[in-house]
Amino acid sequence: MAHPETSASSSAHAPHVMPLSTYFLVFAALMVGTAATVGAAYVDLGWANNAVALAIAIAKATLVVLYFMHVKENTRLIPAVIFSGLFMLLILFVNLLADYGTRGWLGVEGR
Amino acid sequence: MSSESHGPSDLAHHFDSYEQQKESATLGMWTFLVTEILFFGGLFAAYSLYRSLYPEAFRAASHSLDIRLGAFNTAVLIGSSLTMALAVRGGQTGKPKTTFAMLLGTLLLGSTFLAVKAVEYADKFTHHHVPGPSFHFEGPDAPHAQLFFSLYFGMTGLHALHMVIGAAILAFMLRPALRGAWTPRNHNFLEGFGLYWHFVDLVWIFLFPLLYLIGRHH
Amino acid sequence: MTSSPNPVPAEFPRTHYLNAAYGLKSWLWTRDHKRIALLYLVSVSVFFALGGLMAVLIRMELATPEGDFFQPDVYNRLFTMHGVLMIFFFLIPGIPAVLGNFLIPLMIGAKDLAFPRINLLSWYLYTIGGAFTLWALLHGGVDTGWTFYTPLSTNYVNTAVLTVGVGIFIAGFSSILTGLNFIVTIHRMRAPGLTWFRLPLFVWGHYATSIIQILGTPVVAIAILMVAAERVLHIGFFDPKLGGDPVLFQHLFWFYSHPAVYIMILPAMGVISELVAAFSRKPIFGYKFVAFASIGIAVLGFLVWGHHMFVAGQSIYAGVVFSVLSMLVAVPSAVKVFNWTATLYKGSISWDTPMLYALGFIGLFTIGGLTGVMLATLGIDAHVHDTYFIIAHFHYIMVGGAIMGYLGGLHYWWPKITGRMYPVFWSKLSALVIFIGFNVTFFPQFILGYLGMPRRYHSYPPEFQVLNVMSSAGATILGIGYLMPLVYFVWSMRYGPRATANPWGATGLEWQTTSPPPVENFAYPPVVTAPPYTYEAQPAAGKGAARVV
Repeated sequence: MAHPETSASSSAHAPHVMPLSTYFLVFAALMVGTAATVGAAYVDLGWANNAVALAIAIAKATLVVLYFMHVKENTRLIPAVIFSGLFMLLILFVNLLADYGTRGWLGVEGR
Repeated sequence: MSSESHGPSDLAHHFDSYEQQKESATLGMWTFLVTEILFFGGLFAAYSLYRSLYPEAFRAASHSLDIRLGAFNTAVLIGSSLTMALAVRGGQTGKPKTTFAMLLGTLLLGSTFLAVKAVEYADKFTHHHVPGPSFHFEGPDAPHAQLFFSLYFGMTGLHALHMVIGAAILAFMLRPALRGAWTPRNHNFLEGFGLYWHFVDLVWIFLFPLLYLIGRHH
Repeated sequence: MTSSPNPVPAEFPRTHYLNAAYGLKSWLWTRDHKRIALLYLVSVSVFFALGGLMAVLIRMELATPEGDFFQPDVYNRLFTMHGVLMIFFFLIPGIPAVLGNFLIPLMIGAKDLAFPRINLLSWYLYTIGGAFTLWALLHGGVDTGWTFYTPLSTNYVNTAVLTVGVGIFIAGFSSILTGLNFIVTIHRMRAPGLTWFRLPLFVWGHYATSIIQILGTPVVAIAILMVAAERVLHIGFFDPKLGGDPVLFQHLFWFYSHPAVYIMILPAMGVISELVAAFSRKPIFGYKFVAFASIGIAVLGFLVWGHHMFVAGQSIYAGVVFSVLSMLVAVPSAVKVFNWTATLYKGSISWDTPMLYALGFIGLFTIGGLTGVMLATLGIDAHVHDTYFIIAHFHYIMVGGAIMGYLGGLHYWWPKITGRMYPVFWSKLSALVIFIGFNVTFFPQFILGYLGMPRRYHSYPPEFQVLNVMSSAGATILGIGYLMPLVYFVWSMRYGPRATANPWGATGLEWQTTSPPPVENFAYPPVVTAPPYTYEAQPAAGKGAARVV
């Protein structure tokens, strides 16, 4: 796992530098996404409004994570760490909302 | 006897290589960011619960936020993410002046965000939308609207606190950046701070639609 | 076993981490994980003593049915502070901060943890958090119960909720940073040849613990912040007058606090795996199952928090789901107990003090765990919730389990940590006293709870007195048992016989270096070529050679 390296050979492991254009493209996409989410908010899509807003936010977040935060070039451990956090967040949301969502289903007072 | 107590000063004694040091720094910072996801996540969970219970109150309260300021701030923060990413790139490519300029840009954009936030908060104070004894809301379901504002101040306040801390660290990074402290061989601190700054942007990417854009088509 | 080119010197090292530098600054400004572990040892022992003092006072009150020793609100503060101190400042940091910090770099062949300065910061945060809590203790403490339920904690008490909340918040950061350090260290700093399935199970246990610390602690942190905001700024997250729901607090609180109990037990289980292997002189039966069971406990532990809220107004359907999942989480724990037992089978058992603690753990943890499955059953829990049955259940696991694991680990690695051996007769005697004292204290509490005695009450119906007196008598015996190691451990540091590198003849990289280890842990970087616990290949000699020739 660990091996000693001289400073000369460590430059052989220099990370891949993303081209400038990638950063500007991602920036442009994020701006478009922001405009889209504002615009979509003014259109009546019924229940889909929430889904669209969340989908755009997730898309923007994915771009930031993959490109600005360089996760695209990290080892696979990093996405595993991120997903474990998101999974636990999901568990918190699901069980919390499931409690409140199923209250009163049995017709028992206070439950 | 003991080995390598006099290696290069930017390679810590307990690491065997720059690569190991860098991988450790990246994993460490991401592990910390996961704790931040769960930290903010608790507030997001409270938000999702109360919004599902009181949709009318949340919609009315959301409309009292200025969507232009919110959208402007979103653009500003995304811009600051761009400058931050370019600052890190300056470290990767060994260009101290670029790093310095981009960090300065990030600091300026972040400060702009905080200034706009202050304007928004002042507006909320004037309209008595701050939860507490002097709260007053003209609209349906006022007590539940107070829940919205509790979450608004809680979530944006926590977010702003993270930005203030980030801005303070940025200010202290300017001089080392110009002096070339971050090299292609070791720019872990710069990259790690970049991850933190991007994370703060990520939180706002979700806060903006959830707080400002509830049912705007009504 | 390693095949490092250098044989371990049998004589005693002249310079090691304890005498490499002297003076207060060399301790308070150290980056050495071994010294930080000792700093933690002192701090957690102080908080254990304070929490124990609270327990003594509680048991004194409960020796008589009337509430005649303390006023009710004073009694409330006693059990609250007992819980806060024991949980947040002893059990949660406990084994990871003391044994984990010391041993993990040694066990994986590294020179230190990944982030030594963050390790020191962890200790300072713990100490500062502890200072806030101590300040609160000296100013009357908190009386809400360690669970801080709203709206009692937000609206109806005027005790030091904020101060203790701040203390716990800061200590939570200490816990997060320790977990972070362990995760990065275990992923990135293993010696060449040390693959995941060659790691000692102690390391697997701490890895699983660290996952819980990272994912769970932030949620209780935000819950504390929300309580503070409601108390100070009147921002009503949980206030029913504003449509808030007090049960939301319970959800956020228990989302952490249930996995927190696995933070307290997983490291102890890791210790037990090491002890059972070493003192049966056999590899752990079903190594991979035990390793995966640790991860399984960590993950499943996050899915069951609602079993603390069966009678809190939670929906019955949610209750059913949480009930089933809670029974499921018992399975990996049972797998471990079966595997330890199978390891003992046909092993060459020796009755050294650490083994006494390990055997005690297996029995007492099983009892505690089985009563946990009883409590997962909705029908039973509805009756025994908030009674002494619950108290007995978690003390069997926390004290009969976690603390015995901690003591067993201290007794096993003490020669490595200090280079000294403790007196064997007194150590075995105190293990026996602790075992007896523990059972006399807590078994009657199962019966009391089942008969209906509620918890957190300072008075009770007279028919419960006999069992309560038994419990208080047991507590006295237990207290004496805990004082004994304090005496002989301290004695041993000056007068104990010097220990060789491997007094137990055990496998593991930590035994391949001197006792105490050098500052850099190993004279030569180790290389690993074999699985762990290769006891068949080991000669029996070397074991018990704790005395200088």
